[in-house]
Amino acid sequence: MHEKILLSHGEGGKRTRDLIAKVIARYFDNPVLSSFLDSGLLGRIDGEIAFTTDGYVVTPPFFPGGDIGRLAVCGTVNDLAVCGAKATAISCGLILEEGLPISTLERALAGMRDAAAEAGVSIACGDTKVVERGKGDGIFITTAGVGVAVDGWRPAPSGIRPGDRIVLTGTMGDHQVAVLIARRHLAIEAPVLSDVAPLAGLLLPLLSRYAGKVRFMRDPTRGGAGVTLNEIATSANARFVLDEARLPVRESVRGVCEILGFDPLYLANEGKAVLVVAGDVAEAIVAALREHPYGREAAIIGEVTEGAAGVRMRTLSGGVRAVDYPVGDQLPRIC
Amino acid sequence: MRYINEFRDPATARALVERIRRDAGDAPVRLMEVCGTHTVAIARGGIRPLLSGAVTMLSGPGCPVCVTPDGYIDAAIALGMERGVLLASFGDMLRVPGKSSSLEKEKGNGLEVRVVYSPLDAVALADAVPDREVVFLGVGFETTAPAIGGAIRTAARRGVRNFSVLSSVRTIPEAMGILAADPEVRIEGFLCPAHVSVVIGTDAYRAVAERRRIPCVVAGFEPLDILLGISMLLRQRKAGVALVENEYSRVATSTGNRKAQELIREIFVPCDTGWRGIGVIPGSGLRIADAYAAFDAERKFGVPVVFAAEGTACRCGDVLKGKITPPGCPLFGKACVPEEPYGPCMVSSEGSCAAYYKYGAL
Repeated sequence: MHEKILLSHGEGGKRTRDLIAKVIARYFDNPVLSSFLDSGLLGRIDGEIAFTTDGYVVTPPFFPGGDIGRLAVCGTVNDLAVCGAKATAISCGLILEEGLPISTLERALAGMRDAAAEAGVSIACGDTKVVERGKGDGIFITTAGVGVAVDGWRPAPSGIRPGDRIVLTGTMGDHQVAVLIARRHLAIEAPVLSDVAPLAGLLLPLLSRYAGKVRFMRDPTRGGAGVTLNEIATSANARFVLDEARLPVRESVRGVCEILGFDPLYLANEGKAVLVVAGDVAEAIVAALREHPYGREAAIIGEVTEGAAGVRMRTLSGGVRAVDYPVGDQLPRIC
Repeated sequence: MRYINEFRDPATARALVERIRRDAGDAPVRLMEVCGTHTVAIARGGIRPLLSGAVTMLSGPGCPVCVTPDGYIDAAIALGMERGVLLASFGDMLRVPGKSSSLEKEKGNGLEVRVVYSPLDAVALADAVPDREVVFLGVGFETTAPAIGGAIRTAARRGVRNFSVLSSVRTIPEAMGILAADPEVRIEGFLCPAHVSVVIGTDAYRAVAERRRIPCVVAGFEPLDILLGISMLLRQRKAGVALVENEYSRVATSTGNRKAQELIREIFVPCDTGWRGIGVIPGSGLRIADAYAAFDAERKFGVPVVFAAEGTACRCGDVLKGKITPPGCPLFGKACVPEEPYGPCMVSSEGSCAAYYKYGAL
């Protein structure tokens, strides 16, 4: 086996077959994929089907707490989970740059394999393309995912009403800060790990346990909780009032933000969800989230009130201010 | 987190707000926060509505991006498009409008701009591309001046000859002097910048306090720093005195950072310079000294920064002078929004219009 990706690895001939059989298949070994048909045959699926897709271009591809492979699986698993669906199968599209060390590809594949195993999803189909040196950035991954929705639950922003609480499943900004530090342009060292994690096991049990009480969920990735909350408030035509004192931020992330002037509200997460839930079960839901390893720092961060739609924040100083969409940040690719 | 948590304590904030309200008179006291970082901290902390009726906070000219004249952007674009230099800039400058375009728009037409986090990154960039001319867009006040000066000195010592700086460095006390003398602005107290004061020392404001009889308080950027600074200004006013006081005593001193001052004196000399919306202020700029002329992009490439008063409906000038608050501009939030800014105060993250727009809706 050559140690680097060559254009011929993507041309469909013997090298392509070798790459698939000797490298990729070693990581993704399951009955659906192993038959190497042109589609993965998933069998009969009972229930409402959810379907999503996403592309992953993070640089660098490996960072403290995760890698592009884990990200590519978790991102898609989470997009399904916040719509109430458990991922059944996902695809793996690889776009590799000529010259990429095959060991680098293998590290990313191992990340995908481990995350898929953790999320209980199989990688059911795939595709590999190679682009000329200089036309890519090492490795890009696209995944699409199919999932089955929890019976009877549908995301419904229109069900959000005054008195509901806003819950965040953990600390903000870990992923973006970990990636920024890994880029080494900032000359800052801090022990920050990306939070990239599959959230189906954390979120889906709540939907049947608190039937009718969870109004809406979304994972605050690019743009962070600030953008996600604005999106939800806009589509629900609701007013969200956050409490600055209750926003969970890890001490090390806060330190980096203080130095660089970032607002953790707008930093990306890859293992967190925002939930809007009925006020009477909010405490119980937070307690349930905290039982799970990915929800230890879950908190109620605000509430839905009467008044003009949008997101506001009660500040530590006792004032109130708007939390708006950010405009044109200069930060590099982070997912 | 030490030095942060203590300065955000909600109970102390409430007590200070009460004290400010007690000390204020019937009509709101007109105070100016000079520095853009204060403007943002006040907006983010939701402090303006807390003090409404007691204190009117005017936002001053202390956002370097906002006061950079459009002639500077035009010169930067000319350097890139006509002389083929590689520009290195802080990210904030990209969307600032020049006469007819911005760096961001010209990037789409082939202008090469790299965003850097520090002037030294631009020297490293020049080192990495020895066959290209790299020009750093050196915009800032006394806080950034030592870093820009340090980059020039580093380039000189290492012999990085393809590095130069398009300088637009300004000094704060001169601008405060102009505003203090302007009868239309009517400032009753200056909340003086934190980081600028760490470099130049709090004594730098004595001229304003003593000659113009306007109280000055240097304050830090945390919510309690700001509230305490405002309270100290009101106490001076109540006592009928005009002094320079230092709330930010944990970092700023009366004489400042001597090393940084020496570095500024070595690399730069004072000059008259034009401020967007304000005009030319004598002695308020820092140009690169003759000994370092080889690193002065204006002289190296013969592309001078031309200052001319703007002729648009944009009232950034009156905002920067504190004559109106941003909502008083007819363009604010309508023709001028952060995505499509008319004036620089809406562009920069430290601009007062951007801060009002982003945090102001209640």
